[in-house]
Amino acid sequence: MRTLKFLLQKEFRQIFRDPAILRIIFMMPVIQLIILPWAADYEIKNIKLAVTDKDHSSYSQKLISKITSSGYFQLTAYENSYHASLEKIEDDEADLILEIPASFEKQLVKEDEATLYLAGNAINGVKGNLGSAYLRSIIQDFNREVRLEWIQLPKFSPQTQIEVTSSNWFNALMNYKYFMVPGILVLLLTMVGANLTAINIVKEKEIGTIEQINVTPVQKVHFIIAKLVPFWILGLIVLTLGLLISRLFYGILPAGGFLTIYVFAAVYLLAVLGLGLLISTYAATQQQAMLISFFLMMIFVLLGGLYTSIDSMPVWAQWITRFNPVSYFIEVMRMVVLKGSGLSDIKQQLGTMFIFAVVLNSWAVINYRKRS
Amino acid sequence: MLNEKIITVDHLTKRFAAFTAVDAITFDVYKGEIFGFLGANGAGKTTAMRMLCGLSMPTSGKATVAGFDVYTQNEQIKKNIGYMSQKFSLYEDLTVKENMQLYGGIYGKSNQFIKDKTAFILEQLHLKDEANKLVGSLPLGWKQKLAFSVAIFHEPEIVFLDEPTGGVDPVTRREFWMMIYEAAANGITIFVTTHYMDEAEYCNRVSIMVDGKVEALDTPAMLKQQYQSPTMDDVFLKLARKATRSGD
Ligand SMILES: Nc1ncnc2c1ncn2[C@@H]1O[C@H](COP(=O)(O)OP(=O)(O)OP(=O)(O)O)[C@@H](O)[C@H]1O
Ligand SMILES: [Mg+2]
Repeated sequence: MRTLKFLLQKEFRQIFRDPAILRIIFMMPVIQLIILPWAADYEIKNIKLAVTDKDHSSYSQKLISKITSSGYFQLTAYENSYHASLEKIEDDEADLILEIPASFEKQLVKEDEATLYLAGNAINGVKGNLGSAYLRSIIQDFNREVRLEWIQLPKFSPQTQIEVTSSNWFNALMNYKYFMVPGILVLLLTMVGANLTAINIVKEKEIGTIEQINVTPVQKVHFIIAKLVPFWILGLIVLTLGLLISRLFYGILPAGGFLTIYVFAAVYLLAVLGLGLLISTYAATQQQAMLISFFLMMIFVLLGGLYTSIDSMPVWAQWITRFNPVSYFIEVMRMVVLKGSGLSDIKQQLGTMFIFAVVLNSWAVINYRKRS
Repeated sequence: MLNEKIITVDHLTKRFAAFTAVDAITFDVYKGEIFGFLGANGAGKTTAMRMLCGLSMPTSGKATVAGFDVYTQNEQIKKNIGYMSQKFSLYEDLTVKENMQLYGGIYGKSNQFIKDKTAFILEQLHLKDEANKLVGSLPLGWKQKLAFSVAIFHEPEIVFLDEPTGGVDPVTRREFWMMIYEAAANGITIFVTTHYMDEAEYCNRVSIMVDGKVEALDTPAMLKQQYQSPTMDDVFLKLARKATRSGD
């Protein structure tokens, strides 16, 4: 225990003397959380919309004016044929096509049901996809209004439905920041935890100071614990900072309470730090460590459920996400922030993360060699 | 004093893939002696020393250090030795005092011991004014002397010094050897590598490694006689000329 005290003292001294680490720990969350959600802002305005109106009815006119007045769309073309609209997409003059079939009003009035077609430009897929998501929600709104109108005219049935056929992308219109900010915070925590730990230990290998430690009778468990504790605390500080920024800048208050987030983060950080340790046992130089963690980070981010919903991934990718700690934390964050889940609701994820922590850290300890 | 073996090495070998860095070396080191471990660049000195310190797993052969087996009791060995690596490896971002405190603590020394010993070393090295300066800011000669002091801070039975005076000026080298003599006088066995042949003359016994093998081992006087050379420099040249390795 006394050895541990001396080792911890050493680590804390070194960290607080390293301006780079402090900068990373305090500036990175601030900058990323304040800027990134805006820079990577999917709340795109001026989505160029080409409408193929084959109906030319009063309802189609109403729908179009509702869409343009939403502020998100810019009507760049108003064509009579789908082909003409498609050309607009090819010329990059449109991100999205909305086709109103010839029978739109007739169907709506007669059959209480009408079909619209949406097509998005896949070249700027994000814009296309998000545009469709916005459009869907506007159309649903329109749908409600029409129904309300008709309720006042009782001869029509109130169940009128406009069905929108479009792929089921995520509904980003309302809670986009609520959804992104906690996710970015998770990525930050992962990066800070895994990278800093890995780099820190590998740096000792490169400089040679680890050899001086390895030639002492110090137990490797002590050495590793002394490496973990400071970064665990720093991780929780980053989390606190991040939650503070989320509150101040985006008004995000986790409905499920802070305790749930902190409990999960405490275990999550152990897992992520274990990963950093593990990387450090395999890497001989800082470049190697960076490369490995960069590679893992890419997978974690892309298969983490932040930018692409896990449900829409192919089965094999969904299977990989189960081994991705990031996906669990993002899920938990959403549950806690959006749904108001508490500790008892995240028991399963917490248990899984605990297993992650145990496995990764044991692996790292076993793989750490005092003798080559 | 010179008859109790503290290090025994018997056909100790280290291979890296197909390359034999240390080739079945055999020798003993006696308690209290200053043992010079010479050899040209790449001869295998560091590799041999790291095996004895429990930092590198031997490929074959036997060795004991302070009575403990290098294969099975390496952690026991570590309690009884000090090691100063070829590359300076104290923490440059810790102060002089903090480094001593850290290593004293790691070896399980009491706070009182650490305090007294630190004061003693600062006095001895004339580093009192630098006690709270970062080690990285010290000149090389001071760093090397400090590294040696830290290596013997916990008063080990043996200290392994890997080229402790490499790149250091002649005055500091002399001061360094004064410290080595003092440590030896306090009963610490010294196992030292060097490329300076004047330093070899200061050793009780000297071994000379060529291409991973120990080619000669005796007192400097006997070696000079055996190779009919006026100086150790000459002895070394005669032996090392046979080397085929160029070092790294
Ligand atoms: N980890 C390793 N893997 C492969 N080869 C190695 C390794 N460590 C050392 N060697 C090789 O073993 C040989 C002996 O190296 P060593 O460092 O022991 O020599 P040395 O006598 O200490 O040399 P110097 O005087 O330059 O310090 C060299 O050719 C070196 O390249
Ligand atoms: Mg060497």
